Amino acid sequence: MGAEGIGARVLRKEDRRFITGKGRYTDDMTAPGMGFAAFVRSPHAHAAIKSIDTSAAADMPGVTAVLTGDQLVGDGVGNLICGWMIHSKDGTPMKMGAWRALEAERVRHVGQAVAVVVADTAAQARDAAEAVMVDYEELPAVVDAIDAMKEGAPQLHPEAEGNLIYDWEIGDETATNEAFARAKHVTRMEIFNNRLVPNAMEPRAALAAYDEAEEHYTLWTTSQNPHVARLVLSAFYNIAPEHKLRVIAPDVGGGFGSKIYIYPEEMVCLWASKRTGRPVKWVADRTEAFLTDAHGRDHHTEAEMALDEHNKIIGLRVKTVANLGAYMSLFSSSVPTYLYATLLSGQYDIPAIHCNVKTVYTNTTPVDAYRGAGRPEATYVVERMMETAAREVGMDPAEFRRKNFIRSFPHQTPVIMCYDAGDYEASLDAAMKAADYAGFGTRKAEAAKRGKLRGIGFSSYIEACGIAPSQAVGSLGAGVGLWESAEVRVNPVGTIEVLTGSHSHGQGHETTFAQLIADRFGVPTDSVSIVHGDTDKVQFGMGTYGSRSGAVGMSAVVKALDKVEAKAKKIAAHLMEAAEGDIVIEGGELKVAGTDKSLPFFQVALAAYTAHNLPAGMEPGLKEGAFYDPTNFTFPAGTYVCEVEIDPDTGRTEIVNFVAADDFGKIINPMIVEGQVHGGLTQGIGQALLENASYDESGQLLTASYMDYCMPRADDVPSYKLTTTETLCPGNPLGMKGCGEAGAIGSPPAVINAITNAIGTNEIDMPATPEKVWRAIQAAKMPAAAE
Amino acid sequence: MYETTYHRPKTLAEAGSLLAKSDEAKLLAGGQTLIPTMKQRLAAPSDVIDLRHIEDLKGITETPSGGVRIGAAVTHAEVASSDIVKRQLPGVATLAGGIGDPHVRHMGTLGGSIANNDPAADYPAALLALGATVVTNKREIAADDFFTALFETALGEDEIVTAVVFPKAEKSAYAKYPNPASRYAMAGVFVAKLGDGSVRVAATGAGQGGVFRIGAMEQALGSNWSADAVAGVKVSDGDLLADIHGSAAYRANLLTVMAKRAVAAAG
Ligand SMILES: Cc1cc2nc3c(=O)[nH]c(=O)nc-3n(C[C@H](O)[C@H](O)[C@H](O)COP(=O)(O)OP(=O)(O)OC[C@H]3O[C@@H](n4cnc5c(N)ncnc54)[C@H](O)[C@@H]3O)c2cc1C
Repeated sequence: MGAEGIGARVLRKEDRRFITGKGRYTDDMTAPGMGFAAFVRSPHAHAAIKSIDTSAAADMPGVTAVLTGDQLVGDGVGNLICGWMIHSKDGTPMKMGAWRALEAERVRHVGQAVAVVVADTAAQARDAAEAVMVDYEELPAVVDAIDAMKEGAPQLHPEAEGNLIYDWEIGDETATNEAFARAKHVTRMEIFNNRLVPNAMEPRAALAAYDEAEEHYTLWTTSQNPHVARLVLSAFYNIAPEHKLRVIAPDVGGGFGSKIYIYPEEMVCLWASKRTGRPVKWVADRTEAFLTDAHGRDHHTEAEMALDEHNKIIGLRVKTVANLGAYMSLFSSSVPTYLYATLLSGQYDIPAIHCNVKTVYTNTTPVDAYRGAGRPEATYVVERMMETAAREVGMDPAEFRRKNFIRSFPHQTPVIMCYDAGDYEASLDAAMKAADYAGFGTRKAEAAKRGKLRGIGFSSYIEACGIAPSQAVGSLGAGVGLWESAEVRVNPVGTIEVLTGSHSHGQGHETTFAQLIADRFGVPTDSVSIVHGDTDKVQFGMGTYGSRSGAVGMSAVVKALDKVEAKAKKIAAHLMEAAEGDIVIEGGELKVAGTDKSLPFFQVALAAYTAHNLPAGMEPGLKEGAFYDPTNFTFPAGTYVCEVEIDPDTGRTEIVNFVAADDFGKIINPMIVEGQVHGGLTQGIGQALLENASYDESGQLLTASYMDYCMPRADDVPSYKLTTTETLCPGNPLGMKGCGEAGAIGSPPAVINAITNAIGTNEIDMPATPEKVWRAIQAAKMPAAAE
Repeated sequence: MYETTYHRPKTLAEAGSLLAKSDEAKLLAGGQTLIPTMKQRLAAPSDVIDLRHIEDLKGITETPSGGVRIGAAVTHAEVASSDIVKRQLPGVATLAGGIGDPHVRHMGTLGGSIANNDPAADYPAALLALGATVVTNKREIAADDFFTALFETALGEDEIVTAVVFPKAEKSAYAKYPNPASRYAMAGVFVAKLGDGSVRVAATGAGQGGVFRIGAMEQALGSNWSADAVAGVKVSDGDLLADIHGSAAYRANLLTVMAKRAVAAAG
């Protein structure tokens, strides 16, 4: 392994440029003759477009063109698509409403683009955008998913009667009903999962350049998966065939899912660059980010859990309504179905589960995968139910979980997933120890003396990463395969380039991927560079989301490394006149085992390229590629314990202790993993206490800036206590599970369970704002006066 | 941002004449409100007159009667760290040190804050509770008359705040419950016992009409300066703000809690 191999805390190689302001983001790119785009956006949540008058805008200084949806459709640019087909339980396909990159007839959410201006400067483009006259006829709007399903609700798309996109189910309904029929105790809850805005630090941006002579486009853009972007732009939006379209995702400042999708603005820049004959740049401002980046979550759920006389869970029944917003974003359909309901078994042996999911359109920003994507929603349902059920039957919440843990693997749940490995009790024990659970009573009493209400809450989460076996997801409706590719190029001097289809936008791949090479060949990570994010350099890849870069992306690198190693050993054996099987690699050298014969790695590389003396018939060069298709999802799991103190006068919650005990399988760089957990926990705490995308009844986003949308800050979170346990994932060569989302998945229920524990209620919704908590305390004080 | 012309006067007189010359000019102090508003294209001044290079607007001095004079262009950070303010008006130092974040405190100014009269801003509570005097290039205005309505003040078209003069106070303290998102006040209460023994209490962040005095608390504290004295005083929620961050009833509760904490802090 060495100082920089697997398991070493190597400092992030990329941080030098990030910390010194030398990163190269899309907005840093320029192209000769570049113009700037500004979008004309709907101020209404729902309105018919009666006319668009662009004449005044077209005459403004610096304006190259003002383009509308009719021209876009006229040029044959395709509608936006949702790439995962879900069928309703009656067998009918999901109802996809038409989504144009520039709408010409009817706008369905505030901020939807209806026209674009291209001008010499960004300010001129904006000035002209304000001069575009759009005549709207306002229509009634609906923002809440439950309201949208009611009779008489405003209808968004002619394709979707009653605004219903699909009515889907999973699990065995009969068996589940039977379990409830013989239950000794049933716990019932109504659970909301609040809508979130992703808020990547770098807003979305695009620079599109069309080369008329070559009929070739280049797109620099903020993407988590440039190859998928190219595929979709080419195959569905008719921008250009793949070999005529290069997509580059340079440094990208955070994604959290929001940069997976292909949005109207990026498409329009490509189209406009051809129409105007000049490169077109667009950089979202923060308001545009709030209004148009795909939002996350927004579930309303009714859940019931059936227990037998021994407090064993015998059934779980869940009904969820998910708000997908005004249009179906690229992977929106999969989030509340296969990424959600398949995790409802949690860490528990539950023999019967049934879940029904209805998704609906509303006049709000489209909703798609956001850090965790479906698994936070599932974990939130399961872990709030676990805590409440334990309280109702008078069991310690930890013991109730322990009693119901899955203990043998592989374990087939009733909701598709087959868990391959885990030790849930180990992480529970580790968490309880780190949280000093035994000492909680003393701490609570001490806090009471200071006038504070102290509470403790658990969350034993499980999630599915490493998305995913291509054939399996194909059978479930995915439009793409979810393998990953890698190429390892050893240069003649022994330095190494690794090309990967994964994309780093904060994850630290330039460091961790290099550690794999250091581990294998004993070369320093400084002699390795990671190449990613450019469709001209990397042949193909599926990108980074769903915590897949380790389990899937690195597995592809390992496969390519196996091939490089095999060839290098052959060459070394030939040069040292030894048997191939006797060659071992140690400390940057290829050695003949049991002798003092050795060759430095770089000499073997050089030999491969001089090709003066290679084994008979061997091709020169030392470069190998591989595709890796996973055999299963991976299943990170763990237990989080949150301890809070509440000020009863104001209802303010302070998190005084937070323990995370995670099992991520093999860890390549513990420092980077800790960073991922810190970020995830903070996002989860943000969801639990602070964040909420709030719409008024007319469909205006009330929280469209940081004045009203509350992001977690350093002083909102404690200094986390992290610990890990390890069961290796049997499904991939390194035994990795993934760590990018766990923090955001596991933490919200731990926080809410701690709050409800402190104030003695089971009911409180996220975000648990001070006022909500204060009201709950008031209601508990005066049971008669409570609503 | 729309196009605008930037001016950097060196004297108050120069600033005054620039301001009088143009209908659409705006004074620029710390820019913490004006610049974001311009960037969002919600304000489109033809001219921007920068006050930050005028010596007359700077400086913190003790007045002969034991009060404190703070120049309009003094930043929140300067107020928070001023020995004079900490000694004479500890409540004002706490208040200034709790505005926004370090960046905002090193840019934002006293004059800009009160001229803007945001209903959630902190300073108006201090001025009103201490019965301060706002000094302009034209006249002096009592704090009681200065804050007229939401984002409205008694300032005339071409008037520039030059300083605020706070009287001597025996006790002063401020307790703020911040809005979790913006960190402006959801409910901020400033309590003061002035040199003449009178008690004044002002609240910000919570009133539909902006900063206001809480008479019932002044009476209660006048006869018994203690946290317990205000604990029972409930502000009617009829005139209080309600928004996505807090209902009127919640703000009413916060006012009582903050008043208690302010009195306790004042000692
Ligand atoms: C992120 C953030 C957080 C903040 N948090 C808080 C908070 O917690 N509490 C709080 O109270 N405030 C807060 N503020 C506001 C800030 O503290 C400033 O007080 C406020 O923005 C105005 O002061 P300024 O010096 O920046 O004025 P500017 O923005 O430059 O000007 C504001 C207005 O006042 C006018 N003006 C400025 N100076 C004068 C003068 N001398 N005479 C007449 N008119 C004048 C200007 O023309 C303009 O209309 C926050 C601001 C930001 C950006």
